[in-house]
Amino acid sequence: MGDTTETLKVTPLHALHKELGARMVPFAGYDMPVQYPTGILTEHKHTRAAAGLFDVSHMGQVRMTGADPAKALETLVPGDLQSLDVGKMRYTVFTNDQAGILDDFMVNKRDRDLFVIFNAGCKDADLAHARAHLKGVEIEYLDSHALLALQGPAAVAVLARLNSVVQAMSFGMGATLALGKYEAFVTRSGYTGEDGFEISVPGDQAEEFARWLLSQPEVKPIGLGARDSLRLEAGLCLYGHELDLTTTPIEANLNWTISKRRREDGGFPGAAIVQKQLAEGTTRKLVGIQPEGRAPAREGTEVLNDKGEKIGVITSGGFGPSVDAPVAMGYVAPQYAKADTPLSLMVRGKALPAKTCKLPFITKRYAK
Amino acid sequence: MTTRYSKDHEWIRLEGDVATVGISDYAQSQLGDVVFVDLPAKGKTVAAGAEVAVVESVKAASEVYAPAGGDVIESNQAIVDDPSLVNRAAQTDGWFVKLKLSNKAELDALMDQAAYDAYLKTL
Repeated sequence: MGDTTETLKVTPLHALHKELGARMVPFAGYDMPVQYPTGILTEHKHTRAAAGLFDVSHMGQVRMTGADPAKALETLVPGDLQSLDVGKMRYTVFTNDQAGILDDFMVNKRDRDLFVIFNAGCKDADLAHARAHLKGVEIEYLDSHALLALQGPAAVAVLARLNSVVQAMSFGMGATLALGKYEAFVTRSGYTGEDGFEISVPGDQAEEFARWLLSQPEVKPIGLGARDSLRLEAGLCLYGHELDLTTTPIEANLNWTISKRRREDGGFPGAAIVQKQLAEGTTRKLVGIQPEGRAPAREGTEVLNDKGEKIGVITSGGFGPSVDAPVAMGYVAPQYAKADTPLSLMVRGKALPAKTCKLPFITKRYAK
Repeated sequence: MTTRYSKDHEWIRLEGDVATVGISDYAQSQLGDVVFVDLPAKGKTVAAGAEVAVVESVKAASEVYAPAGGDVIESNQAIVDDPSLVNRAAQTDGWFVKLKLSNKAELDALMDQAAYDAYLKTL
């Protein structure tokens, strides 16, 4: 273990995680907390009931400046960035010429720049990709900043103790705010299906700020284990699972991320394929899958139709603590994508009954 | 009645011909919250070291291997109904199966408590 962990990168909260008794695991090149002593079930339910603090500093925070970074970035993504108002954010993806997805990420439009958050495992490639293709755009990697996610119904009350402005933000809004003595870029967003905030703070302020948050009675530290079960219940895609170089935004049900103008005009890698799939459909679709028994079906599990023929595969699967049942997402042939279609899942050599279902598995509680 | 341990963190306890099998407290703590167990049908024959059950935590599935070979004479319905019992009482009420051993001498290859405690320190 010692040899591996020495080569791993750490976030500004690394010492705090260890002090809190976290079980640390290698994740995307970082030594990250997978769970704290109370365990994933408790952490998951606490986030849905009160507020959970996640360290997501391993993700890549990037500033794009220049004459018109939104227009430039549109040449690499199908998202509509030029229509973004200052203070708003948009979820989009980098595509390649086959309309495969290089990464999914959030773009925040600010006064003087675009603030973009890449996945940890993709950020180096994303930076190289952006730098190679975005002419006239200055790209700055904010590696001295930490990123904290405060998620759950109590998150707004907690953060309002430092700055009441957060109460007036709707989901998808961002602002540079003083949070007490800390300077932060705050977005009302997250990836748990709950209301909450992602907060970018200078790395040298991160530990003290996190300690303040954890001193609030509603807040507990939450690891990557619960982050994964929360986003799975919320039906949110995870890069490397639902999304990768072989999946297109249309297969992944990300049609909503592509506006009418971008569908018609194209102008992003793989646009012709996306347009064709929008018109003619795809050979597979991402769906929610609910196993009928108690046995979780994990990533890689084969999905069969009623004749026992393989029609798809699970991309994320596990136990949903809030649903109190196993939950999964996966790709199936489109004729099986309708909700309540009976399926079988090959779990350890046994075909277990399941059905497709609407996503998400829980009711999202974003602030309007 | 002594408890012996495998390197895969199963325990086995012999009373007469019948041995009770479970996973160690260390194993349950490593797994985290147990949410599902898949137990064998009564009458199934397993060899020493063969998979006898599956235990699933929120994050992952793990196999449980028979520390010694024999016939399954009982599976613990209590952990099927309440998988968290494995976390709360791994080495008592959270047992997995009872086996009628085919060769008690197989137990000699397993660790006693002191040897298992020493083994855990090497991990």
